[in-house]
Amino acid sequence: MRNLKLDIDNYRNLLKQYIKFLDENALYQAEQFSKLSIQHNISPEEIINVHIQALKELYPDLPKEVDYSLNFLLETMISYGLAYQEMQSLREQQLELKSEISVAANMQQTLLSTEKPNIKGVDIGAISVPANQMNGDYYHFVSDNQQSIGVAIADVIGKGIPAALAMSMIKYSMDSFSESQRNPCSILENLNRVVERNVDQGMFITMFYGLYNLNSETFSYASAGHEPGLFYHASTNEFREIKTKGLVLGVSKDTTYQQYEIEISHGDMIILLTDGVTECRVGNRFIEREEVLEVIKKYIHLPAQEAVEQVYKHFERLQGFQLRDDFTLIIIRKNV
Amino acid sequence: MNMNLEVEVAEKNKTTVLVLLTGEVDAYTAPKLKENLLPLTKKEGTLIEVNLENVSYMDSTGLGVFISALKSTKANNSQLKLMNLEDRILRLFEITGLDSIITIDSTVRGGN
Repeated sequence: MRNLKLDIDNYRNLLKQYIKFLDENALYQAEQFSKLSIQHNISPEEIINVHIQALKELYPDLPKEVDYSLNFLLETMISYGLAYQEMQSLREQQLELKSEISVAANMQQTLLSTEKPNIKGVDIGAISVPANQMNGDYYHFVSDNQQSIGVAIADVIGKGIPAALAMSMIKYSMDSFSESQRNPCSILENLNRVVERNVDQGMFITMFYGLYNLNSETFSYASAGHEPGLFYHASTNEFREIKTKGLVLGVSKDTTYQQYEIEISHGDMIILLTDGVTECRVGNRFIEREEVLEVIKKYIHLPAQEAVEQVYKHFERLQGFQLRDDFTLIIIRKNV
Repeated sequence: MNMNLEVEVAEKNKTTVLVLLTGEVDAYTAPKLKENLLPLTKKEGTLIEVNLENVSYMDSTGLGVFISALKSTKANNSQLKLMNLEDRILRLFEITGLDSIITIDSTVRGGN
């Protein structure tokens, strides 16, 4: 309270100076006083109180109406001060939550991080951008040897923290599968059972799993209701949609998945994405799938990593662009 | 831009309830749809016909509501049917394979 006492003296002097000379400098000092009060958590009614005391010391014979009115103001400011304090504490809580979420987001990145396999003759690019702090999209590469690359791309319904938590579950169940369970349809069937048992009624996950076998030059794959990707056939210079049929994960526990296989030749590409890519909006308009394909074509001559980044940047640059959903794009190209 | 969702529920006859949706079904409006749709599925023997004629946008959160509703119809011995889906929305049900487990009637839209 000693500080406040000092402040009252100070405030009285400032007030006196201002009333007598309408001194600009006193106004400036008053502003500093106000800032200092905020820093020291001094409530608005305390400032009013200081003002009343200073005024009475300077003018002991104030008309009683003015005296009453000042008390009235003091009472009014008490409720204001309480509301202000409440807001202040909410703001602090919000900051705390924000930093907790950012810790969680970092942790998610560490938990779910995956390394692009570095295999001679294969060029891989991958980008994943969350719409909010936490990412509900997920991609993962598995490459235990130089003979095969497993690639998973998944999208959890909804966004934010619940989605991110479900993703961690997917990742850890995938890690627990033995070598013999690593063909695409078994992976999806096993994951489906895990997800069905462990998620909320209305929650589901879409996922595409592919296994690129470098020896046999084939790509086998299966899809659980995931946004269709694209194949690029270098020999005919054609893009073709990866046609698959399969129910999303987590809806029906006995779902089986069909496995498909294609040959991969020199220059061919596998392009995988999530619906964040096809569900972007620019202003009021949706970006059509054909348009996404046009943009991919435009950058496809670049090295794979550069290409995926340029495609994202292209959409990001559009005016009124808003990312409504997490955005993930992967390109795998056979170079030899 | 956040569009709203209107949910109108009307009894067609003793066993059939019509639900007319107007607007967008996304993360913001899905809770409202769930609130209105789920209680209807709890009554044994009811057929719930959801008319999506006036729905211009749906995201995966919307699909989640229909999955919940479907699971609830199975538990309560009622039925769910979706009608008049716009192409873009029908595609969502097809990609996710949900058209294989949810009854969808798009004939009214004809060659759309």
